[in-house]
Amino acid sequence: MIDEKFDAIVVGAGMAGNGAAYTLAKRGLKVLQLERGEYSGSKNVQGAILYSDMLEKIIPDFREDAPLERHLVEQRFWMMDDRSHVGLHYRSEDFNEEAPNRYTIIRAQFDKWFSGKVREAGALVVCETTVTELVQDAYGKVIGVKTDRGGGQIHADVVVLAEGVSGLLGTRAGLRKIPKPTDVALAVKEMHFLPQETIEDRFLLKGDEGVVIEAAGTISEGMTGMGFIYTNKECISLGIGCLVSDFQKTGRSPYQLLETFKQHPSVAPLIAGSEVKEYAAHLIPEGGYKAIPQLFGDGWVVVGDAAQLNNAIHREGSNLAMTSGRIAAEAIFQVKSRKEPMTAQNLSLYKTLLEQSFIIKDLKKYKDMPQLLHIQSQNFFLTYPQLVSKAMQNFVRVDGTPKIEKEKMTLKSFTSARSWAGLFGDAFRLARAWR
Amino acid sequence: MHIVVCIKQVPDSAQIRVHPVTNTIMRQGVPTIINPYDLFALEEALRLRDRFGGAVTVLTMGPPSAEDSLRKALTFGADRAVLLTDRFFAGSDTLATSFALATAITRIGETWGAPDIVFTGKQTIDGDTAQVGPGIAKRLGLIQVTYVAKVAELDPEGRTITLERRAEGGTQVLKSQLPCLIAMLEGTNEVRRGTMADALSAARAEIVKWNAKDAGVEDLGKCGLKGSPTIVKRVFAPAARSEKAKVIEAPEGGSLADALIADVFARQPHLEADLTALARGF
Repeated sequence: MIDEKFDAIVVGAGMAGNGAAYTLAKRGLKVLQLERGEYSGSKNVQGAILYSDMLEKIIPDFREDAPLERHLVEQRFWMMDDRSHVGLHYRSEDFNEEAPNRYTIIRAQFDKWFSGKVREAGALVVCETTVTELVQDAYGKVIGVKTDRGGGQIHADVVVLAEGVSGLLGTRAGLRKIPKPTDVALAVKEMHFLPQETIEDRFLLKGDEGVVIEAAGTISEGMTGMGFIYTNKECISLGIGCLVSDFQKTGRSPYQLLETFKQHPSVAPLIAGSEVKEYAAHLIPEGGYKAIPQLFGDGWVVVGDAAQLNNAIHREGSNLAMTSGRIAAEAIFQVKSRKEPMTAQNLSLYKTLLEQSFIIKDLKKYKDMPQLLHIQSQNFFLTYPQLVSKAMQNFVRVDGTPKIEKEKMTLKSFTSARSWAGLFGDAFRLARAWR
Repeated sequence: MHIVVCIKQVPDSAQIRVHPVTNTIMRQGVPTIINPYDLFALEEALRLRDRFGGAVTVLTMGPPSAEDSLRKALTFGADRAVLLTDRFFAGSDTLATSFALATAITRIGETWGAPDIVFTGKQTIDGDTAQVGPGIAKRLGLIQVTYVAKVAELDPEGRTITLERRAEGGTQVLKSQLPCLIAMLEGTNEVRRGTMADALSAARAEIVKWNAKDAGVEDLGKCGLKGSPTIVKRVFAPAARSEKAKVIEAPEGGSLADALIADVFARQPHLEADLTALARGF
C-alpha cells in the first residue's frame, strides 16, 4: 500500500478524466490520474469532432498548441437508400472565423497533448496502470483504489470515475448497474489516408477547412444506427455504429455494415485510392437521460461516458465528457475549500451544477428519443429513407408523366407503406420526443 | 554497487514500413520503444541491485523525446535517468555514439560513484551493428563480455562476476573482474512490472539532462556528424532470389541418393571428374 494520500484520484485519461484532472490540479488539489493505456489517447476512440466552447472553458488558449486537424465549414446530413442519398447540406463562410467553433481531431494525438497540459497543471499522471477495484471502508465510503501493480493500493478523499462507457469499476463496487444493450451502440471506424490535395479536391476545401457527413438510412439495415465521414488533414475518418441490442437481434456484424457503407455509390468515390492504416471499435452510450446512473456517492463521482453522458441526436459526447469532468472538479474543489468531507450529501453539488448546465438540459429535452428510434427503427432507418428517396427521384426524373400523377404516386407510396394513422402517429411521436 | 545501463529509444520495428519507391525507412508516425535487448540488460541490472544493494542509473543519448523511454525505465524500477541530448550529437555513428556515452559514463561516475558494471543490449534493432557496447568498453578501458545470456554469480568481496556467454558450439562460463561491461542477449529474463511505488516515483522523477558540455565532452569534433566517419552510400532492398527450389524424387525402382548425385553432377560436371581423381589417390 502507498502511504501517501491524494486529494483526488482520477481513473481514466480520456476527455472526462483529463477535464477533471486538469481542473482539479489547476485549483491546487493533489491529484493522481491513473490510465491503463500506454499513454493518454492510446486506448481512446472517437470520430472525432472537438467543440471549441467546452474546451475553452477548461483551456482558453488551446488553439495555440493543440493538434487540430480541420475546422468545420460544412455539415452534410444524408438520408440514404441503397443507391441514393437525399442530402441537407449547410456550408457557411461564417465558419471561417478567427476562433472556429468545431474542429476535427485525431484522439491519439489530441489526448497526448491534453495529458501534457494535465501534467503541466501539476497532476501526477501514471499510465500502464489499471485500477482493478475501488477500496471502500466499512460504511461503503470509497476511500481509494486498488491497481494491478504490486503494492498498488492508494488512498484519496475522492475518486473520480472517468473509466469509460462500460463502467466496470462502478459496477463491480455495486454503485451502479451494467449498461443495457439497448443503451449502448457499437461503432467501428477506419482511417483512410489520402494526399491532402485529394481530400481538398473531393470535398471542395481550401486550407484547413473541413466537412462532416452524418448519414442514416438503409446503411444500418433497419437497425438504430448512423454512419459518419469526417475530413482530417491527410485522412478521412469513416465509420458506422448501431445499438448493441440490434446487432444481437440481427446477428449482423459491424464490419459487414462498414464494408457496405464504404461501397455505397455516394461514399466510394470519396475514399477511392485511399490507404487504410487504422481500424478501431468503440462502445458509445446512447441511452440518453433515462440511462444516466447514480452520479455521486460517498467518496466518489462518475463523469463522461461512464455516466452515460452522450447526446446521441447531436452526436455530442466528448464535450459532455470534458464538461462533466470540469464540473465534477469544480464541485470537489468547492467542498474541499469549505473544508468539508467528500460525503454523498456534499458531492450532490456535482449533480446540481450538472443540472444547471447544458448537459442535463439537452439530455432531458431528448429523453424519449432513444426509445422511440429504437422501437421504430424499421420505419425510421429503413422505410422512410427509401420512401423519401423514391419521392425525390419521382420529383426530379422527367418522363412525360403529368406532375399531378407523380404527386399522387408519391403520396400513395407513403400511405401504402405506412398508413395515414402510422404516418401521423410517427410525426406526432417524433415531434413530442424532439420537443 | 552502482550499475549503469545504456538504453536506446528505437522505432518499433514491428510497425515500421519501407517506402515502396525510395526504399528508405518511413519513421514518421511509427511508435517508439526501448530497444528490446536493452530491457534484458535493465532487468539483469535491477536483479543485481535488488540482491546486493546500490543503484541503477539509466543512460541514453537522443532527442528530447527520448525522455519517454527513460521515464519508462524508471517505472520498471531504475533509480535515476540521464538523457544526453544536444544538437552536436545529431548524426552520430557508432564511433561518435560510443565516444559520447563513454564520456557521459565517466561523468556519471564522478557524480554518483564509479560504476561497477556497465550494461548494454547486444545491439539495437534499428542499427543492428552491435558496436556501441564494445566501443564504450574500449574507451573506458573496461573488460568486455558480449553475448551474455545470464549473470550466474557475483562476488562483491572478491569483486568478480561469473557470466554465461552464448558462443558457437555451446555456452562459455566466464569469470571477470569488476568493473566490466556486459552486452546482454535477448530472451534470458523477463523485464519486471514496476510496483506502484516505482510508477509514482517515475512519474515524479526529474530526468537529468546533459548537453555535450555538461557530460564533459571537450572535443566536439568527435561528436555527431563531424565525429562520424561512417558514410551510408546507398540503402536498398535486396532483390528477391529468382531460383526456385527443386524437388528430386526417387525414380521408379531406383534410389533417391543416386538420383540426387546424378542431379548434382549434371549441374557441376567438373565435380564428378574431381571426385573420381580424388578417389583414385586413396
